[in-house]
Amino acid sequence: MRLFDQRIPVLETGAAWLLAFLWLSPLLYAFWAAFHPAALATHFDPLSPLTLANFEKAWTYAPFARYFVNTVILVTMILSAQLVLCTLAGFAFARFDFAGRDIAFGLVLVQLMIMPEVLIVENYRTMARLGLVDTILGIGLPYMASAFGIFLLRQTFKTIPRELEDAARVEGCSMLGVLWRVYVPLARPTYLAYALVSVSYHWNNFLWPLVITNSVNTRPLTVGLAIFGAPESGVDWAVISAGTIMAVAPLLVAFLLFQRQFMQSFMQAGIK
Amino acid sequence: MRPSRFVGLANYAALGDDPIFWQVLGNNLWFALGTIPTSIALAMLMALWVNDRLPARALVRMSYFTPTILPMIAVANLWLYFYTPQIGLLDKLGALFGFASHNWLGEPQTVMGCLVAMTIWKEAGFFMIFYLAALQSLPPELEEAAKIEGASRWYYFWRVTFPLLMPTTLFVLVNATINSFKLVDHLFILTKGGPDNASNLLLYYIYQVAFSFFDTAYAATLTMVLLLLLATLAIVQFQLIEKRVHYR
Repeated sequence: MRLFDQRIPVLETGAAWLLAFLWLSPLLYAFWAAFHPAALATHFDPLSPLTLANFEKAWTYAPFARYFVNTVILVTMILSAQLVLCTLAGFAFARFDFAGRDIAFGLVLVQLMIMPEVLIVENYRTMARLGLVDTILGIGLPYMASAFGIFLLRQTFKTIPRELEDAARVEGCSMLGVLWRVYVPLARPTYLAYALVSVSYHWNNFLWPLVITNSVNTRPLTVGLAIFGAPESGVDWAVISAGTIMAVAPLLVAFLLFQRQFMQSFMQAGIK
Repeated sequence: MRPSRFVGLANYAALGDDPIFWQVLGNNLWFALGTIPTSIALAMLMALWVNDRLPARALVRMSYFTPTILPMIAVANLWLYFYTPQIGLLDKLGALFGFASHNWLGEPQTVMGCLVAMTIWKEAGFFMIFYLAALQSLPPELEEAAKIEGASRWYYFWRVTFPLLMPTTLFVLVNATINSFKLVDHLFILTKGGPDNASNLLLYYIYQVAFSFFDTAYAATLTMVLLLLLATLAIVQFQLIEKRVHYR
């Protein structure tokens, strides 16, 4: 039984709602500006005419279609590589005894503490040496052997009872078969949480893609949006709002549909 | 690329003589002091509200959390509109009350405040979910006992909830500190570190040194400083997590 619930004062309820409104208002305002003619962007008249012209303009002013394709390729490429690499590495750390395992895992933990953003200078030099500057692969490569993914899957695999593995082995399953038929299916919630975090992170990531790309063919949405939205570009507010909304829409819709899952995954990623 | 030449500690000596480095470090400190306590306090308040049986609770929780999933670049685009002189929302609101127009992002006195306000908005909802999880793991007997003793909500919060949330607060504190070094994307849109480096932060300065001034060696030196700071924080964080395990 919750005891204090009945007594949550009206004033506090009002304050909570006001804060919620404040928190949502920048986004609400962007929606308002994007769907109204630029001249009416600051006249909050509920009857003013709606328009999609701002979206059309944004779409033609900047190669958004290309940016979308780049971001989707980037996010898919990173996630697929992460899933394969982290599964194999996590499995090895969880279930095999090999020379230098603890040292190798220690190095993974060190990487967990250092975000790749910090190493933009060093990573740029590495990518330049590999000839991967201004390629989508170059944006994704530093993130593929994700320490967080390896750590998370190792922890999950360790909680799976060994009896299940032994039973599968008795049935004649190979080690990779055990991984594929026993461990991976049982770790499905972890995979889902990890995928959500990875996709949101890379959909939103900016600094490293900015550094490593310099053409329309490789730039992801965030970098395109930054060029488009910079004050020097001289594009008006309504169009910038429309562009911003287009860029965040896929993730925003996904969040609205799967709120609980998003919050849980973000929390798991925060705690590690 | 030129061949490397060992220069000993010359690059580190340059750090000491670089006034911008010290200014940027100071800015980082102010940015941290401005964002961390307020966003933690707000996060705790949000979690308490959302954990109670508030009308339209799901909607309120969603509103608090939404900024978390938006990219910093998009956030900066939205907020730039508020801060623009004359046509911006802030100036228009001010004009209603007879205040003069103000170049919020263009003046050293106000620019940091603007960035701090935006960052609090972006982060508080994220920290809220950690408090929410902690609140939900508190045993309900505590609340019942307090009720029987006739404790007020206020008293219950300060004497029971707040101390029990301490491990979460420490955890969020470290994460918020790490974030204050990591969040720089908005600077590209809002200020570019200006005016006169008044809003420049360490990671943005590293970017400028490496990719605008092309001084890779000095950028690497600055990176070492940032790594050292983050490593220290990581050690603190690791010890906190260890401790938390013992609590349970």
